Amino acid sequence: MSDKPNKLIEKGKRLDGRKVDELRPIKMEVGVLKRADGSCYMELGGNKAIAAVYGPRAVHPRHLQEATQVIIRYRYDMASFSVKERKRPGPDRRSIEISKVSREALAPVILKEYFPRSVIDIFVEILQADAGTRTVGINASSVALADAGIPMRGIVSSCAVGKVDGEIVLDLTGQEDNYGEADMPIAMTQDGKITLLQMDGHLTKEEFAQAIELAKKGCKQIYEVQRSALISKYEGVSNV
Amino acid sequence: MKLVIPGDLLSDDVKRAGEGTYVTSGEVHASVYGILDQKELRVIPLSGKYMPHTGDNVIGKVVDISFSNWIIDINSPYEALLHISEHPDRIYPFDMGQHLDIGDLFIAKVKDVDATMRVELTVETFNPLRGGRLIQISHTRIPRVIGRGGSMINLLKKELDCNIFVGQNGRIWVNGKEDNMDLAIQTLLKIEQESHTPGLTDIVRDMIKNAKREKGK
Repeated sequence: MSDKPNKLIEKGKRLDGRKVDELRPIKMEVGVLKRADGSCYMELGGNKAIAAVYGPRAVHPRHLQEATQVIIRYRYDMASFSVKERKRPGPDRRSIEISKVSREALAPVILKEYFPRSVIDIFVEILQADAGTRTVGINASSVALADAGIPMRGIVSSCAVGKVDGEIVLDLTGQEDNYGEADMPIAMTQDGKITLLQMDGHLTKEEFAQAIELAKKGCKQIYEVQRSALISKYEGVSNV
Repeated sequence: MKLVIPGDLLSDDVKRAGEGTYVTSGEVHASVYGILDQKELRVIPLSGKYMPHTGDNVIGKVVDISFSNWIIDINSPYEALLHISEHPDRIYPFDMGQHLDIGDLFIAKVKDVDATMRVELTVETFNPLRGGRLIQISHTRIPRVIGRGGSMINLLKKELDCNIFVGQNGRIWVNGKEDNMDLAIQTLLKIEQESHTPGLTDIVRDMIKNAKREKGK
């Protein structure tokens, strides 16, 4: 791949016309899968993902169950057609890692003691990818969990920040990720407690602090989208 | 009434915290996605699995028979147990299938639920449900099916001339004439779909009337 552009940011505008602190367009829909207990479809720019939640339900195999709390299983999976070059289907090193960190990003908000000896299964299917799929997966599954009626302390929102052409930017695209200097996906609760933080690349201490602040802003915007997606599922209720 | 999502701040009055809420640092927040009941400060969920509580009337299905228990599916993440000693007569473990066999549906009451979610049932009679039809809806809609003071369920029973038993676990058993059962099930599914709209009893009354008039033609 050498579709490297000369400049990723020109006159304060990025390749797709966004400012440095702007998210890509978001679309979110709740309850898209009839047979899942909770589900959510989300688009973020070129990313398209669907999340399904099943449970709480009986654990199989039985030895995995825990006597005092629910266990959470998270499967992140990329469809073979989700990227330009066909991806070999099935779990690989990368998707196993993403599944682990995503599960750990959501687990702290779930009130696990309510459902001893059971399991909540979360399945995230990436239909189309353009950098930031793990954040899309976390956002969608957080909404799907709420849709499934699972008690939680709050909703988790997630977005990526990074450094491109020496500037701190919000929500990197595939190109910016490939040719930029750093990519840092973050997930947090609405009161700003961080549940996921990864980084690829280099940032100075000052840049890091700046990036966290930018991510907070991004997550707040995403939270509003998640909220209105959930509320709009039962539109009639507000005028009761 | 107002829709809330997990994490929404509901009140500063910790003492009033009801179901579907949690308390942190002197504030009450919503823990589930649902409708806020301001008066009692609780959140009525719109979805979720049935969690058995002592005293609930449910419709159970026998899935297995162990040495001294019938193992019952109650449409919940947890299986329930009906112990052999609940039977009024002294019966032998190898005869259990003659009283309630695998696949039988029956009406039961939740006798006890412990901290590890071990569920015990009790029954009034050991007669399985025969005839009629069973439907399953979300247990969160059951209060609407029953209605305030039983208004909705009494309307259905009267207008449709059906025997209807509603289990807290979302299972509903209907028995009556074929036509009436068709209409009853249609109506029940409608109630499930529209459970969040106000004035549902009147809508249902009109719906039944229209359906009856159609048939009369």
